[in-house]
Amino acid sequence: MNHYDAIIVGAGAAGLTAGIYLSRAKVKTLILNEGAVGGQMVLTHEIANYPGIESISGYELARNMKLQAQKFGAVIKSNIKITSFDLYSNPKRFIVNGKEEYTSDVVIITTGGRSRTLGVPGENEFKGKGISYCATCDGDFFQDKEIIVVGGGNSALEEASSLTKYASKVTIVHQFDHFQAFEHYVNEAKANPKIDFIMESKIIEFIGGEKLEKVKIQNQKTSEIFEKDIDGVFIFIGYVPNTEMFEGIIELNQYKEIVVDKNMATNIPGVYAAGDSIAKRYRQVTTAVGEGTVAALSAAEYLNKFEKAELAAEEVTS
Amino acid sequence: MLRTNLTHILSEQEHAKLLQENENVMVCCGRMGPMCIPVYEVMEELENEYPHVKFADMEFDIPDARVIRDLPECRNFAGLPFVVYYKNGKVVKATSSIQSREQITSILDQYFGQEVKEAASK
Repeated sequence: MNHYDAIIVGAGAAGLTAGIYLSRAKVKTLILNEGAVGGQMVLTHEIANYPGIESISGYELARNMKLQAQKFGAVIKSNIKITSFDLYSNPKRFIVNGKEEYTSDVVIITTGGRSRTLGVPGENEFKGKGISYCATCDGDFFQDKEIIVVGGGNSALEEASSLTKYASKVTIVHQFDHFQAFEHYVNEAKANPKIDFIMESKIIEFIGGEKLEKVKIQNQKTSEIFEKDIDGVFIFIGYVPNTEMFEGIIELNQYKEIVVDKNMATNIPGVYAAGDSIAKRYRQVTTAVGEGTVAALSAAEYLNKFEKAELAAEEVTS
Repeated sequence: MLRTNLTHILSEQEHAKLLQENENVMVCCGRMGPMCIPVYEVMEELENEYPHVKFADMEFDIPDARVIRDLPECRNFAGLPFVVYYKNGKVVKATSSIQSREQITSILDQYFGQEVKEAASK
């Protein structure tokens, strides 16, 4: 059996920060990560608002954080599958890849979030063949082509404007009659002659042969359905927290986000949470780093009390 | 050159040599971008688990990457990375855009064989 003082679930900005703090404090720390190290951070081409660093790619920042955590002694296991776990047992227990068992006295959950998908027919089939979730990655495949951007938040409006560098025409399809994006992003898009809008509408199906050829769009007010020929569709409709595995175990809010107190403590003693999987308003690398720090310090304090309690129990029984 | 720990293919000649010298080859052709990095990371981890497969990367924007970009199997691709799987020099599978570890291992097992993998790891 592999016992650690702390197990961190997730290796994004919050998890790696917690790993740096705990391992530097000589807390034996294991980071379990189901995806690639860096989380949403590696999805950002340029981070220009991380204090002290004028400009850095999300990949570089994530790599630096990973190396820093490892330098202090944190063990990182990425691209694994947590097949079962028990947060109420003592010690807390995780089974990885169906066979490896890891236990710890304290747990920090930093499972982050992922891009929301439309979940309509054809979406999986045409991913990479006309459907994209990354404008900076795939924009240049749509030089002089006609594309749709789905969404009404900051990412959708900002990326729609940026995609006009490549596309001949960009149509923004949004389900409401107004945008949630900041006014300057909306104004920039409205002033761009290459951008059109289809409001109060949703894509309900992607259609094509070997690649995407058209979409079926439904007006939300009239229910009218029409088809539109299109070369590409970029989807920016926000994020969902990666908390499915904790449903019914940890207290979540209506958006399936983990509820924490000011010390990042969940409703389970010895279990903390930080980063994009918790209930909060702002989702930034800097906020995740701050929450990871608080979670680590709270976890260290818990471990300290836990150790003292264990010693006291030993003294009573000896 | 891509900043990964994989074997880098830098030219058309190196690509041909790699296919000639290895029965099973997986090449990820991309950039250091958000959809590509997770695939490189999975490949780096799989190198030990699949010793009978040669894992390599190639920078999408170098001219010689036409050996991947111009493949008929990649004709309709519009999402990075382009990942191509070769058996005895022939393309057996190609994927576009990000893929999970499960999706990648499922292709490796299907085309390059799980039994071979187990035998090779002994």
